Amino acid sequence: MLIFLFRRLLQACFVMMIISVISFAVQDKLGDPVQQMVGMTVSLEEREQLRNELGLNDSFISQYWRFAKGAVRGDLGTSYYYKEPALDVILKKMPATLELAFCAIIIIIVVATPCGVLAAIQPKHVLSRLLMFISSVGLSVPIFIVAILLVYVFAIELNMAPSFGRGQTTDILGLWQSGIFNKDGLQHLVLPSLSLAIALMPIFVRLIRAEMMEILQSEYIRFAWSKGLSAPRIYFVHALKNTMLPVITVGGIQAGTLVAYTILTETIFQWPGMGFLFMDAVSRVDTPLVSAYLIVVGGMFVVTNTLVDLIYGLVNPTVRLASHGL
Amino acid sequence: MRIPVIIACCLGLFFCQITRATTLNMAFDADPVSLDPHEQLSEGTLQFSHLVFDPLLRWNQNRQFEARLATHWERINSHTTRFHLRKDVVFRTGHPFSAKDVVYTIERLKTSPDFRAMFDTVDSVVKIDDYTVDVHTTYTNPLILNIMTYVFPMDRVFYQNQDQIVKYGETFASRHVSGTGPFVLKNRELGSRMTLERNPNYWDTESPGNVDQITITPIRADSTRLAALLSGDVDFIFPISPIDIERTKSIPGLQLVTLPHTRILLLHMNQSRRPELQDIRVRKAINLAINQSLIVEKILKGYATPAGQLSPDRFLGHVNQIKPEYDLKKAQQLMKQAGYEKGFRLSMMAPNNRYINDEKVAQAIAAMLSRINITVDLKTLPKAQYFKAFDNRSADIMMIGWQSDTMDSNNIFEFIVACPDAQSGLGAYNASEYCNASINSDIRQANREMNPERRLRLLQQIEQTLYNDAAIVPLYWQHLTWAAKNKVKIRAIVNEQNYPYLGDLFIEE
Repeated sequence: MLIFLFRRLLQACFVMMIISVISFAVQDKLGDPVQQMVGMTVSLEEREQLRNELGLNDSFISQYWRFAKGAVRGDLGTSYYYKEPALDVILKKMPATLELAFCAIIIIIVVATPCGVLAAIQPKHVLSRLLMFISSVGLSVPIFIVAILLVYVFAIELNMAPSFGRGQTTDILGLWQSGIFNKDGLQHLVLPSLSLAIALMPIFVRLIRAEMMEILQSEYIRFAWSKGLSAPRIYFVHALKNTMLPVITVGGIQAGTLVAYTILTETIFQWPGMGFLFMDAVSRVDTPLVSAYLIVVGGMFVVTNTLVDLIYGLVNPTVRLASHGL
Repeated sequence: MRIPVIIACCLGLFFCQITRATTLNMAFDADPVSLDPHEQLSEGTLQFSHLVFDPLLRWNQNRQFEARLATHWERINSHTTRFHLRKDVVFRTGHPFSAKDVVYTIERLKTSPDFRAMFDTVDSVVKIDDYTVDVHTTYTNPLILNIMTYVFPMDRVFYQNQDQIVKYGETFASRHVSGTGPFVLKNRELGSRMTLERNPNYWDTESPGNVDQITITPIRADSTRLAALLSGDVDFIFPISPIDIERTKSIPGLQLVTLPHTRILLLHMNQSRRPELQDIRVRKAINLAINQSLIVEKILKGYATPAGQLSPDRFLGHVNQIKPEYDLKKAQQLMKQAGYEKGFRLSMMAPNNRYINDEKVAQAIAAMLSRINITVDLKTLPKAQYFKAFDNRSADIMMIGWQSDTMDSNNIFEFIVACPDAQSGLGAYNASEYCNASINSDIRQANREMNPERRLRLLQQIEQTLYNDAAIVPLYWQHLTWAAKNKVKIRAIVNEQNYPYLGDLFIEE
């Protein structure tokens, strides 16, 4: 176990290093940050001077070395626009994104589970067929169309929800600016979290259905029927429990898609979270912020993957850790 | 029992009346990068300056100067202009406003990397008494008043000794603000929201403005911004994309206001990269093959003015006789005469998120040039990358837009067509690498010429020379489009520089 842990950590460090090189290398391709900082009438000479001051004219190696030295100490550079450490800026925006993702996940769980179960129990039923049809359409409709449609119907035509922004936030223990605990904040959450959920839902409905159908064929379910257990108990306790295991695994993989989709959703709804921050940073050529975002998101992936592997080993000891995963 | 209830209700209503404030929610595409008015010369910064600071003088809608913190001004001699300042004006901090603040502000402007170029002409500023300053220029300058519209007096006592201007770092001035403007900054979340409140001590009590509170949200995406207006979440937006204009117009309760802008869009044909473009016949043919009116009509839905020259009709350099021309036959003939009947290949670059529909316009131009057998390899880039490519002169044809800072033709000429010179910064955006000594000397003279007649002739002469040489391809002046709810009377406060004077905005109850 310890060897496994050690190997896994080593691997994680290696991955982080590669991520940092890549995220640093893209900086150069984003454009000229100095161009964004000065007015059009500033002469080329002065721009060159500013570039020198910022160290943008140094060689890639020495720029990276400077960056890596800072990164080890937890300093990912200073955002040009926010004029604060890039990491702080990102952490400040993180609650908004986490809340959005959290609400979307809740919607997915609450809606996708019964739909999937229904489609598995009654595959021939009209409702099930309709569900399957909708989910296959949902798979192919891009998220921004869904979002724009939601805005059009619920914000513009029906005037039921605000079309952009995060609304009012309440301060939780001075640590977290949350929109969940007041009406205005919740109203603002509805449309973005709904469109995020709609984008991810079809996969889960189909997955739950497929897994559930397979499990309903298995021996122990037939045994449960013959024992005379009630239908809800068999479906929702015995079968669903085993269905959810692979679904959760896939759900973990889908976390990447979730991150990508938050970027889109936040841009469309002007949601002041990390994804919006990232898109804004790209268009402002705020290169330190872009690199920091990539590293933070990369780090989140590495940490969750490592944890998932470890938990797997703990839950299922038959997985031989030392020979696994490396 | 009943009477106290009635009294309570009345009191409740009474307090409701008092606390109700007129709030303006607006969404613009840009926001100021800093609270320091001298850190970046950009539209966002100047819009902010007009809210929280106040200029010495400003342009009104009839393109006349309007007195603000300066009550009047006079020319004392050829090099000196005297400004008389308003008394009884206080900054947000309570410090009284006086001549010292104006001297301080102009001296600071002269050190700002972005504003320095414009204020180079100011030799010194001298305080005569508490409410009078003399501005001395290094040479006779006909545009001194135009330049003075950029002077937004800053609170000297508040900023002094902690007023350094740093582009990429935090400074006192980029986080704290004290001005004399109609609004006071209350709260700012960088990149997502800014809240301002009416300045209770604002000097201009005659202003019709009745807005007590403003919330400004920068919204980049055109569709999100429009959706915010349509759903009623905001009251006032800028800009509106041409494809949405018709739709916005048809919605009851909304108004759309457009004004011709002074920003010219043009194409540079790089003569040092391509020998073909050194031939005036080829340049003329390209000019004739591009149909500006069609571009304006089809792609910009009529919300632009086709251009045949750099100066819009309200600038001195405008020559009435020069009209945008389109003549495909003649263009083909010219190509034949120049020996390029079979045509050639050119590379072209344009931004795809800087000007309205810039990518589509570039594609249309490429198609138009194919009619005279010029094959265009078009590449469009986001503005962040585009301007780097522009500085490197990376393609044979490049698109650029230019708005004159001084509301005068000469500013366009200096940056767009003067011979490139890294030292003086002249011709910094001359990607044609076109160089004409007579134009350069005319530009220099026009900068000092005080006689309006002679100055007019000089500027028109430059415009005529550019036309005769077919030095560049002028495209159009795009219009500014704002939209707001009907009760928000924006028509009276928007202007062609796009600095809405929100202090004077009236909202119907």
